[in-house]
Amino acid sequence: MFDLDRWQEIYHVLKKNKLRTFLTAFGVFWGIFMLVIMMGSGDGLKNGVSQNFGDMATNSVFIWAQQTSVPFKGFTRGRRFDYENADVRALGDAIPEIKFLAPRTNVGGFNGSNNVIRGLKSGAFQIFGDYPVLDSIDPVNLLQGRFINELDVKEKRKIVVIGLRVKELLFEKNENPINQYIQVNGVYFKVVGLFKSKRTGEAASNDNQRIHMPFTTCQKTFNMGDAIGFFNITSKDGIPVAVVEEKAIKVLKKRHSVAPTDDAAIGHFNLEVEYNKMQGLFFGIRVLVWIVGIGTLFAGVIGVSNIMLVVVKERTKEIGIQRALGAAPRIIISQIITESVVLTTFSGYFGLTLGVGLLEFINYLLEKTGAGSDMFLHPGINFNVAITALAILVVAGVVAGLIPARKAVSVKPIDALRYE
Amino acid sequence: MIDITNIHKTYITGTNKLHVLKGIDLKVDAGEMISVMGASGSGKSTLLNILGILDNHDHGEYLLSGIKIEHLNESKAAQLRNKYLGFVFQSFNLVSFKNAMENVALPLYYQNVKRKKRNAIAMEYLDRMGLKEWSHHLPNELSGGQKQRIAIARALIAKPKVILADEPTGALDSVTSQEVMDILTDINKNENITMLIVTHELDIAKRTQKTIRITDGMITEIVKN
Ligand SMILES: Nc1ncnc2c1ncn2[C@@H]1O[C@H](COP(=O)(O)OP(=O)(O)OP(=O)(O)O)[C@@H](O)[C@H]1O
Ligand SMILES: [Mg+2]
Repeated sequence: MFDLDRWQEIYHVLKKNKLRTFLTAFGVFWGIFMLVIMMGSGDGLKNGVSQNFGDMATNSVFIWAQQTSVPFKGFTRGRRFDYENADVRALGDAIPEIKFLAPRTNVGGFNGSNNVIRGLKSGAFQIFGDYPVLDSIDPVNLLQGRFINELDVKEKRKIVVIGLRVKELLFEKNENPINQYIQVNGVYFKVVGLFKSKRTGEAASNDNQRIHMPFTTCQKTFNMGDAIGFFNITSKDGIPVAVVEEKAIKVLKKRHSVAPTDDAAIGHFNLEVEYNKMQGLFFGIRVLVWIVGIGTLFAGVIGVSNIMLVVVKERTKEIGIQRALGAAPRIIISQIITESVVLTTFSGYFGLTLGVGLLEFINYLLEKTGAGSDMFLHPGINFNVAITALAILVVAGVVAGLIPARKAVSVKPIDALRYE
Repeated sequence: MIDITNIHKTYITGTNKLHVLKGIDLKVDAGEMISVMGASGSGKSTLLNILGILDNHDHGEYLLSGIKIEHLNESKAAQLRNKYLGFVFQSFNLVSFKNAMENVALPLYYQNVKRKKRNAIAMEYLDRMGLKEWSHHLPNELSGGQKQRIAIARALIAKPKVILADEPTGALDSVTSQEVMDILTDINKNENITMLIVTHELDIAKRTQKTIRITDGMITEIVKN
C-alpha cells in the first residue's frame, strides 16, 4: 500500500542534507558500479578467449608422429614414421570411448611459397585433406555451397572448400567462387564451398586462409600413399579425452614399433586440459571479482548505516514526538529501514544502470571499430547477476537500517522528547 | 480516571541519585480539570511524564482508567498513549515538515485511518480552533498561539480521556495564554475530557477546578478554586 506520509518523511530526511545524502549514495553507487564493470570485463575476457575455440569440441586431442628417441625392435633412434590408413580402423576398434575420429593430411604452403593459382592471382595457403566428420569436431560458418561429403571421399573428387581470405585473394570482389576452378600445386580443383571461421582475431585469420579437400583426394593427388598427417579425436560425452589420448598412443606405439618408453616419438596435444585450465582461471577471476565487488559494496553499506545513525540522532526529538502521539516501535523501525533501503536501492540501481550502460557502450565501440580481439569480446553481465545484485542491495539496505532503527526506539520516549 | 498511590521516582546520573518524587498520592476523577503548581525542579514535569507513560516510576501504583500501568512494553505503551492520552507541551512539539493539517491528523495516522478521512477530521478540529485557513502552512510559518492551538487540536483528534499539558502557556503572552485557556476549559466542559495542567501562573491555575501544589517531590496542598 502506498503510504504518502511515509514517503513524505523519507523525502524530507534525504533532502534535508543533500550533500550528505549524495555522498552516502555515492558509496553504494560506486560499489555496485565497480562490481558490474569488473564482472563485465571478466566476462569480456572470457568471451574473447573462448572465441579462440570457436565451436570446436573442447574434448579434443591431436596426435601426430615425430622422431623416435629410443632404439626398439632393431630400429635405431631418430627414425621417422607416418601413420597410415589402417591406423584409423585399428584405433576405432581398440578404443570404444572415441566419439569422432578425424584423420587429416596436409600440404604445406602457409607462410611458404605461393602454391595456389587462379589466373593471374596466386597465394600461399594451408591445404588439408579432411573427412566430413571434421564438421562435427571443429565446425565453420558455411557462407556458400557445402562442406566435403562422404561421396567426395569415396570417389576422390577433385573439389575444395575454401576459406574467406582465400576467396578474397583469388577472386574478384563480386565474383561467385562456387563451381570455379583453382589450381593447387598444379592440379585443378573445383570450389564447392566457402566458409568463415567461427573464431575471432588471429585464430580466425588463420582459419580463413585454409583450403579443405577430401582426405582421399589429397593422398592420391599429391602421392602420399596412405600416410596420415595427424589425428583429431574426441571422446564420448562424459569421458575425459585423456582416456582416449592414452589408449590411442599405446595402440599407435605398438603398431609402429615405437618403444613403450619413448615419449618423444608421438606428439600430442590435449585441448581439454588447456580448456579446463582456462576455465579454472576464469572461475578464479570471477570469485575475485565477487569478493572485491562485495567488499566495495559493503563499504558503501557501512556508509549508509553510519549516516542513518546520524539521521536518527538528529531526529531524536521528532521521533520522540511521534512516539508520544502513539507511534509503535515497529512503525519507527520500518520507517528508518525503508529510508535505508530506498537510499541503497536507488543509488545501487543507478550504479547498475550506469555500469551496464558503460559496458554496452564499450561493446558498441568494439563492434563498430572491429576491435573485439581474441582477448576481449562482448563485455556484459547477465540478467541473473543484475537481479542478484539488486537483491543484495535491498538486503544490505535492511541490514544497514537495522542498527539505527533499533537505536531509535531503544531510548525512553521522554528522553527522546527532551533531547536538544 | 487517574489513580496513583505512593509514586516514587529517582533519577540516576552517573554516581548521583536524585530522589525527585517522594511518594505521590493522587486521584483525579473523569472530567476534572486540575492544575499543578510548584517551584522549579519540584518534580511537576516528572509527575506528568509518568502519568503520560513517557517515563516509568520506580515505586507505587498507577491506574489509568482502571488499567494498571506497570512493566509495559513500548508497543503497548504507544497504544495506550494513542488511545487515552493527549499531550500539550510548552514548546509545541509540532513536526516541522508536516503542515498544520497533517500535524493534527498524526495520531489518527497511527491508528491506520485513511489519509483522506483523517485529513478531513483534522480540518474539522482546525476549524474549531479557528485555524482553517492555516491548514496548509508549515509550523515555522505560524505564531506561538497558533502553534499551541494546533497542538491542542492534535491532542484532541484521537478523542483521548485525559489531556496532559506541561506549561501550555509558558511560551505565550498573557492575552494568548487566556485564549488558550478558553479553548481548554471549553473542551473540558463540552467533551468531559480530564485535564492536568502544569503551570507557573496563578491566573492560569485559578481557571481550573483544583490546584495541586508540589513541594520537593511531595503534594503539600490541594486548593479548590
Ligand atoms: N532525565 C533526567 N535525568 C536526571 N535528572 C532529571 C531528569 N529530568 C529531571 N531531572 C531533575 O529532576 C528534578 C525535577 O525535574 P522536573 O522537570 O520534574 O521539574 P519541574 O517541576 O517540571 O520544574 P520546572 O518548573 O522548571 O519545569 C530537577 O532537579 C531536574 O534536574
Ligand atoms: Mg517542568
